[in-house]
Amino acid sequence: MESHADTASQPMIVMEAVEKSYGAFKALTNINLTVRQGERIVLCGPSGSGKSTLIRCINHLERYESGKIIVDGIHLGDDMRTVDAVRREVGMVFQSFNLFPHMTVLQNCILAPMRVRGIVRAEAEGIARALLDRVKILDQADKYPAQLSGGQQQRVAIARALCMQPRVMLFDEPTSALDPEMVKEVLDTMIGLAEDGMTMICVTHEMGFARQVADRVIFMARGEIVEQAPPEEFFRNPKNERTRAFLGEILHH
Amino acid sequence: MTQDAFLFLLNGLLWTVGLSAIGFAGGTPAGLAIALARTTAPGPLNRAAAGYIAVFQGTPLLMQLFVVYYGLALIGLKLDAWVAVAIGFTLHASAYLGEIWRGGIEAVPRGQTEAATALGIRYVSRMRDVVLPQALKISLPATIGFLVQLIKGTSLAAIVGFTELARAASIISNQTFKPLLVYAIVGVLYFALCWPLSIWGARMERKLAAASR
Repeated sequence: MESHADTASQPMIVMEAVEKSYGAFKALTNINLTVRQGERIVLCGPSGSGKSTLIRCINHLERYESGKIIVDGIHLGDDMRTVDAVRREVGMVFQSFNLFPHMTVLQNCILAPMRVRGIVRAEAEGIARALLDRVKILDQADKYPAQLSGGQQQRVAIARALCMQPRVMLFDEPTSALDPEMVKEVLDTMIGLAEDGMTMICVTHEMGFARQVADRVIFMARGEIVEQAPPEEFFRNPKNERTRAFLGEILHH
Repeated sequence: MTQDAFLFLLNGLLWTVGLSAIGFAGGTPAGLAIALARTTAPGPLNRAAAGYIAVFQGTPLLMQLFVVYYGLALIGLKLDAWVAVAIGFTLHASAYLGEIWRGGIEAVPRGQTEAATALGIRYVSRMRDVVLPQALKISLPATIGFLVQLIKGTSLAAIVGFTELARAASIISNQTFKPLLVYAIVGVLYFALCWPLSIWGARMERKLAAASR
């Protein structure tokens, strides 16, 4: 069940008939999604369409009620054993960065590797420095998050997630809280990650990013996957009327 | 006032410090447990903690000490005065500190817990490394304020026979017929005990604020 063998042919994420509601509100309806290893997916849709809920089910920040989620061969149940196993493989980046404000950048990056993977400090710092260098922010390693700009904070958040050496990265509107001039540095970091073959699911309205790196763009509305296609086809020839309406809204501004 | 009388007051001060230390030493771990039960425990435990807070915040400390010392003795459980006071102050302090820290924990943005959870960090480390340091900083002014209240509240231990500072003052005042002088000295002693604590609290606050700026 937790075999990681044969990963090339095995899909990284499988969601089958996943459903989720908040009281009477149906947040996710019959979600079926298979993500191959190394695949880059962009999830878009109007607010409240269930995009965030969908990716938050993958690392069990939200509990799904029925259906099945398998991540890297691990069937995600309600027991802490499988939940922990999945979380070790899945990194997440949030809209509001969520860096730990009382820790330096470096401390932010080494906490989880030390506490969760049991790596010793020196080794964790080595990994952290390498990844901070990769997101071009190594010179800020000893600063506190509040001393950094939004774009810098989000790059630290990406490095912090990567320090756990995840096999999948989830991005929940990573650029929505940023000033326009900082969006590019974060997107460039994400593009670099995509080019290195990371399996990624990105909830974003950055359609330029979607065109450039996505293998597949998925459009959601009212908790359902309405349409999915490679970006070229998705933007040129959207089939569903709701997709067309949505693209009309966001592309003509 | 004679030197003996003054030494008697200082002895009372020592008891006051000791009783405060007991209250805080007992109240801190119990209060932390109450705060964690209120914020993260499932239904029944959470409700039990809420009821506990309601009872011990809603009744006078004087009565609590009375019940622990004399009440329990009535049903055959004769406690040493020290033990009775330690239990009484622990119950009292844990209810207040528990409520103060609950507020602090709940004021830490939810994204902090989510980020730690998403990194696979489990409950104990999530609380110890991520949530509690931030909650403590938020609750520091209220915590110091309660500590000062607790120091002054130890005067109620006189009811079970402790000659702490306030009780010592009343004894000396009765002997010397100089209540104004005696209570002025006692006031200064209480102030000398509480004021540094407030100063220390303010300094800690500035230090913690600086660390995340």
